Amino acid sequence: MQVNGYKPLIVAFCCNWCSYAGADLAGNNRLSYPADVKIIRVPCSCRVNPMFILRAFQRGADGVIICGCHPGDCHYTSGNYYTRRRMAMLFSMLDYLGIERERTRVEWVSAAEGAKFAATMNDFAEKVAALGENKRLEDLRCKQ
Amino acid sequence: MQAITREQLINKAVALLADGTVKYVLGWKKGEFDYDITPAVFETAEELNADFVWNDFCGANFSKYLVAKTRKLDGKILVFLKPCDTYSFNQLLTEHRFDRDKVYAVGIPCNGMADIAKVKEVCGDGISSIATEGDALAVTTIYDDEPVKVAVESVLAERCLNCKSKKHVAYDELMGEDGDTLDSNRFDEVAKLEAMTPDERFAFWQNELSRCIRCNACRDVCPACTCEKCVFDNPTSGVENKAPANSFEEKMFHIIRAFHVAGRCTDCGECSRVCPQNIPLHLLNRKFIKDINEFYGEYQAGAEVGSRAPLVNYTTEDLEPGEVFDRRDTNA
Amino acid sequence: MRKCSLDSLNAVFAKIAEAAELYLPVNCTDGSAAFSKWEEGKEWSNNLNTVKSPKEFFFPQTEDLVAFKTSGKNIEIIDTRKEREDFVVFGVRACDVKAFEVLDNVFLLKEPYDSYYTNRREHGVIISVACNRPADTCFCKTFGIDPADPQGDISVWKTADSLYWQANTERGAALLEKIADLTEDCDTAAVDAEKEKITKIMSKLPLANLTTEGWGAGKTQELFDSPIWAEMSEACLGCGTCTFVCPTCQCYDIKDFNTGKGVVRFRCWDSCMYSDFTKMSAGQPRLSQKERFRQRFMHKLVYYPENNNGLFSCVGCGRCVAKCPISMNIAKVMKKIGGKENE
Repeated sequence: MQVNGYKPLIVAFCCNWCSYAGADLAGNNRLSYPADVKIIRVPCSCRVNPMFILRAFQRGADGVIICGCHPGDCHYTSGNYYTRRRMAMLFSMLDYLGIERERTRVEWVSAAEGAKFAATMNDFAEKVAALGENKRLEDLRCKQ
Repeated sequence: MQAITREQLINKAVALLADGTVKYVLGWKKGEFDYDITPAVFETAEELNADFVWNDFCGANFSKYLVAKTRKLDGKILVFLKPCDTYSFNQLLTEHRFDRDKVYAVGIPCNGMADIAKVKEVCGDGISSIATEGDALAVTTIYDDEPVKVAVESVLAERCLNCKSKKHVAYDELMGEDGDTLDSNRFDEVAKLEAMTPDERFAFWQNELSRCIRCNACRDVCPACTCEKCVFDNPTSGVENKAPANSFEEKMFHIIRAFHVAGRCTDCGECSRVCPQNIPLHLLNRKFIKDINEFYGEYQAGAEVGSRAPLVNYTTEDLEPGEVFDRRDTNA
Repeated sequence: MRKCSLDSLNAVFAKIAEAAELYLPVNCTDGSAAFSKWEEGKEWSNNLNTVKSPKEFFFPQTEDLVAFKTSGKNIEIIDTRKEREDFVVFGVRACDVKAFEVLDNVFLLKEPYDSYYTNRREHGVIISVACNRPADTCFCKTFGIDPADPQGDISVWKTADSLYWQANTERGAALLEKIADLTEDCDTAAVDAEKEKITKIMSKLPLANLTTEGWGAGKTQELFDSPIWAEMSEACLGCGTCTFVCPTCQCYDIKDFNTGKGVVRFRCWDSCMYSDFTKMSAGQPRLSQKERFRQRFMHKLVYYPENNNGLFSCVGCGRCVAKCPISMNIAKVMKKIGGKENE
């Protein structure tokens, strides 16, 4: 995925029960999504601490996406409801600090939605690529 | 001027010490000047008469001290609480951070506290004494023969200008009259920032946060920050750091600090009061409070004991993170 | 002695900046002052002093020491040091100048010298300024510092309309030479009058009578177990404000930062107020805030003088007095725990 010659690095946190399986399904179905999307498997989307997201940006990510089960379908009953609140708050804060809001996203992807997973990643990568390199939450030491 | 006098507070403390209700008194202790006041534990009437103060510079919130003091001291502690302190008091109780039975809380009214930095802006440095005269401060400096009169109202701390409540939400006993919660303008500044462009906001925060020296005073004074071991002090956390090496680490610290207290912050304003670099840290906390109010319904941390903080709660109808901006942009 | 009018100050700054980077106290958006690189349009702050001390010019809050890169089984060690370019710091107060001496004793006492510190120290020219308006929190006199006669490579006095320059070192003289066109020769009458005025003000300060009585080399036994430490440290939050605004605090930590591709080894200021200060594999040597609190003052007023011919490592700048969130400070400690003369 390139826009104006820029290939972004995307970190995708995927919950073990739905979205990670969704990514697997996308692969099995030979659906293509950018190779620059690095998937990190987490037991539940609510395992994602705001610190993980900031650390991903620090280490050079240009965009961070969190994928979990659809609300109501959480393997642990309510984990993704907490994710929803936390991420709403965090994203709003990042925007408040002037950091581009398109660099973060939450998407619910079930184990059966391989096509949605691929489409989501393609769309997200394109949006992030259009923004270019992450300058506002970068740590130059990690870019040398 | 404060509605209750120093003498009244001392009399109350002495009486409670004498009848055995309490063994210790947590109060404000006078310093070298008239404005450098230190929280202290008093045990006798003599100590109270000698060093206890109550004036327009007694801003320190005692609630957090109760966490350590109730564990350390072997008797009941009298604590004086201003209205805003009572919210922190309740919040700490909600989180089971101290033993309520070891505390005797006396609510005292507060007319707002003066900010010494603002006083110095008016009178200059070199203050030799500050006396309260009605609603004004008579400030004597070594450079002027006559004291300069400054209205307390004109030098109130930011948090007092935007006071949210004159009402005590917790006490065993109340001195003076209780007030009401106020319609404050505390979110105006946040709304102003929200209305800026992202570039302007980025420049604003870059300027503010770049002054941070990571002294951790904001964290250490915060009544909501009561972790036994902070993630930023924990060498195994991977994010432990003692100094911001660059602008990323400045932002990370302040985002995480504010996030960790989101939904639990009572907006007592201690963080901004103690910041040696005058960073408006309350604007980060208030952003979370404002968002919580708008997204999940009005919520005031500490208004009552036992309420469930918004970030450990949910409804099935909550808005999606992606809808956050649509909602605000249509409101704006 | 040379003199220039205040109106021509901008031209003088421009001239100095031609030769070397020039730093001076400039007002920040919040009204406090901080050292900032001079460029056209930047004005010298009227504030008495900066929140952060100028020790940063020689001992920055963080600095990279060395970097490592690994490829396969090889480790490459990268020397990240760079020669510092010449720079000039204008507007340093007498107390802060003295603080450089305190730091020199730590970093430059004997070989091996701290090469990072030396590098900066060799390239910096200090222009000090006398204090016309000392603040209530000032107590430099306690440590034998005269704010009317600041040291450094060049000393400067400010009067209502002029600035008076006097070189104290060869480096200072060379710099004055560069701005000779913009300054004129003068006698010392105006400066002498200014000095007298400052001395008079100093005697009126609230902390004017604070003394070091009861403190100094050899007092460890006497003061270490004083029961008053517990009382004084009672309210201490354990934050690092006092140590980070202090011009003489010199403790640091060395840490590795994993960049994902390699390691950067850096040092950063540390604070004896922090729970993990000087943490070792065996644990922390100072477990309670009382012990940490005591360490700071004992270091400044007993241990340091013991190792440095009686020189105290406090210069009375008053920053910690002004900035402590709970208003506990070295002046209170000196009075309460030190000699009876202070009471």
